[in-house]
Amino acid sequence: MNSAIRRLAVGAIILMLALMANSTYLQAFRSNELNGRNDNTRVRDEQFSVNRGPILIGSSPIAQSKETNDQYKYQRTYSDGPLYAPVTGYYSFQFGRGGIELNQNSELNGSDPSLAFRRVVDVLTDRRQQGASVTLTLNAAAQQAAYNALGSKKGAVVALDPKTGKVLALVSRPSYDPNLLASHDLGKASDAWKRLNASDDRPMSNRAIKELYPPGSTFKLVTTAAALSSGKYKPDTAVHSPAQLPLPQTTVPLVNENGKNCGGSDNATLTVALRWSCNTAFGTIGLDLKADALREQAEKFGFGERQLPELGAVASQFPGDPNEPQIAQSAIGQFDVRATPLQMAMVAAGIANKGEVMKPYLVQSVRTGDLKTISETKPEALHQAVSPEVAAQLTAMMTDVVNNGTGKPGRIDGVQVAGKTGTAQTSKERPPFAWFTAFAPADNPQVAVAVIIEDAGVKRDEIAGGTLAAPVAKKVMEAVLGR
Amino acid sequence: MSIASTSVIQIIPRTRRGVELMLLIVAIGVSVGAYVNIGITVQDKVPASTGYYAAGIGLLALIAHLALRYRAPYADPVLLPCAVLLNGLGVAMIHRIDLGLAATRVAKGLNPKAAAAPQQITWTAVGVVLFLLVILLIRDHRRLQALTYTAGLAGLVLLVLPLVPGLGVEVNGARIWIHLAGMSFQPGEFAKVCLVVFFAGYLVVKRDVLTLAGHRFLGLDLPRARDLGPIGVAWAVSLGVLVFEKDLGSSLLFFGLFLFLLYVATERAGWLIIGFLLFAGGAFFASQTFSHVQARVDGWLNPFAEDRGQVATGLMGQAWGGILGRGLGQGRPDLTLYGQSDFIISSFGEELGLTGIIAIILIYTLIIERGLRTALGCRDIFGKLIATGLAMSFALQVFVIVGGVTGLIPLTGLATPFMALGGTSLVANWAIIALLLRISDQARRPQTPAAPVSDETIAMAVQKQ
Repeated sequence: MNSAIRRLAVGAIILMLALMANSTYLQAFRSNELNGRNDNTRVRDEQFSVNRGPILIGSSPIAQSKETNDQYKYQRTYSDGPLYAPVTGYYSFQFGRGGIELNQNSELNGSDPSLAFRRVVDVLTDRRQQGASVTLTLNAAAQQAAYNALGSKKGAVVALDPKTGKVLALVSRPSYDPNLLASHDLGKASDAWKRLNASDDRPMSNRAIKELYPPGSTFKLVTTAAALSSGKYKPDTAVHSPAQLPLPQTTVPLVNENGKNCGGSDNATLTVALRWSCNTAFGTIGLDLKADALREQAEKFGFGERQLPELGAVASQFPGDPNEPQIAQSAIGQFDVRATPLQMAMVAAGIANKGEVMKPYLVQSVRTGDLKTISETKPEALHQAVSPEVAAQLTAMMTDVVNNGTGKPGRIDGVQVAGKTGTAQTSKERPPFAWFTAFAPADNPQVAVAVIIEDAGVKRDEIAGGTLAAPVAKKVMEAVLGR
Repeated sequence: MSIASTSVIQIIPRTRRGVELMLLIVAIGVSVGAYVNIGITVQDKVPASTGYYAAGIGLLALIAHLALRYRAPYADPVLLPCAVLLNGLGVAMIHRIDLGLAATRVAKGLNPKAAAAPQQITWTAVGVVLFLLVILLIRDHRRLQALTYTAGLAGLVLLVLPLVPGLGVEVNGARIWIHLAGMSFQPGEFAKVCLVVFFAGYLVVKRDVLTLAGHRFLGLDLPRARDLGPIGVAWAVSLGVLVFEKDLGSSLLFFGLFLFLLYVATERAGWLIIGFLLFAGGAFFASQTFSHVQARVDGWLNPFAEDRGQVATGLMGQAWGGILGRGLGQGRPDLTLYGQSDFIISSFGEELGLTGIIAIILIYTLIIERGLRTALGCRDIFGKLIATGLAMSFALQVFVIVGGVTGLIPLTGLATPFMALGGTSLVANWAIIALLLRISDQARRPQTPAAPVSDETIAMAVQKQ
């Protein structure tokens, strides 16, 4: 009888061992899989309850978690929410995250592998896990200036430090208040989400980096860069620039905006052509250089690559295989050429930085709660877009645009600005886009900026990059230069 | 078959009550520590109810201990502390989930529901009272043998009670509850005890015929066909439970207990094999035929299917706990469905981690093995069978419920012994522990009723030398 009982005892132990083995499998080996499930509310609740690190400009927080008494323990709060929304993004319970809140999530909530040691210390000292702080490169004055200058106009502004690639301002209008989405009143957050997504103004679309626009005449900087780099052109080379340029394979000619020839000449110099933004002159150059030369030049400025991965920007494009009339249109930034405001700021910044395009970046540093630096972004060169000589020639020509040409509204007293205006057509029905891209001071550039105004709410014939967009760029540059 | 004292060396029997007291202090300390820990992490303060809780658990454990000193001095010293520890931890976790649920309801602007932990403490008190009654009233377990058929009848009645219209209610698809006077009971928990007594008494009488008659086939001693009657009845009843009460767990438990006792009584493995095949066949047939059984099997195979079964939240809780757990009060066991009752083991897995779950399973293992050890040491067959049955009922029950919530086997509605919220199960388990202690007292007691030598007298003897 006892031997049977002993066998049962062994059997019982086997049953218990099976339970232990199964729990081990579940809790040690399957936990990552189960924790990653979308319907895992406890993980979502837990992450939403973390003391998330702040997002800083300098030492002032633009997004921070404040303690509350409700079940989520911390309320994400954005000071100047709409001003910084395109950068910070949002942090919501139901709708996930966006912007830096998304891209730097693991650092902000403290789960990043680089913070593993910190977490162990927190566990040992029984402190609640605290996320790291993320310091941005933004210049608060420039950001505010850009936001105010755009006012109620739909558009975007990007300002870069040409020497490093730091993003100094990144504004998109109309904007939204991420505080609404971060609300712990989930019903209100849900209403706000629905309203923002249903709005025709698309306040949550980041126009500065995620919308592609025809760059229009600002693209002539790329065409000019290609022309000068080819060796066939100098700033004083005369270019065929009639009022109307007949194009091969089509009866529709390329025309100048004002219907006249270029600065009173059918063969204006390259400098004059840029000064007055003559379409026919750049059409001629485009047909001469061919599509590949233009595309290669555009790609050296950053076209075809996703810039600013922190915010998930889209890549600007130059068309793949255009025919001759399409090449002429592309050379003036029409047809299928598409660029983000960030990309056009990079074009100006590349010229400003002696032809070297720096990789744009937004996150300056990541630090633990007790201010130990975990990572610090170092400036990184992207491409040598043009030689320093060509960059100097382009700078001189852009200075001329601001001093004598279409860019006059961008002038700043006592500072030499170099810039280029743009007016991009999309269709007959909708008003064109107004562009201005510039940098200053021309001899020692501190800031490069691109402005687009999508819909200024004024009549079509009044729109010109010079009058609409340049004053915005001017305000931003003044803010950076401390004027 | 009774074991005469074969040892030549004189073993001085010790009561080990001092050891029990030390272990009890540890068990109470751990339980109260858990309770305080929860208060500090969840409410940032030592909870005001700590005194009530500590006094309640401590006093009940002390009374049980004193009763053993008085009436069963040679009883096993490990069983009571294990039961107290499981019971104490269970109440602490129920309290913790009370807090979690209340916080969620307050956040939603609702009034918090009545707390379940005080109710569980009350049931613990009832359980300990029954424990005392068993220890004090049943001076010799062999007297239960006279009640063999009464117990059998009672067990059967209790088993079918939930099927009585107006009395039985269906909870989560299983009809194993009855509602009486505004409270709900799980009569199956007591049926278990009655049936163990019945099986034991029946087998004591029938074991010779079941053992001796039969023939060998393929190296196995198979019983005669006409002796298959009892196992057939047990099989039919357990399948009846499965089909009509829709409860695979209870069905497995009753049939398993019968098989184990049959095996111990006859020492013939053939019975186990026949029984296993019968049960597997019946269960397979049921899973193909009855939709509720099918649903349980589906929920086991695909716990995260569209209409997420009950298991999903518990599995996610345990995964969230990982190896070391979130820490008491720092997980979200309130998000686990039935986290206080059926899934309390998942709640422990979440907050105490794999480490905690394994520790708890080890405590259950300790109870089971101490119970079987009691059976080994017991001098009469009836007592051996009862101790085996009660110990194996723990083993089966823990395996079925813990295996169910952790996804090892299909989920069925058995209570996690001593831990899960629910009065009937808690009270029945205290009675089972009392019976085991009673039998172990008899097993360990010196045979010649000389003056019992206690730890204290030995200590005194050592001091005198």
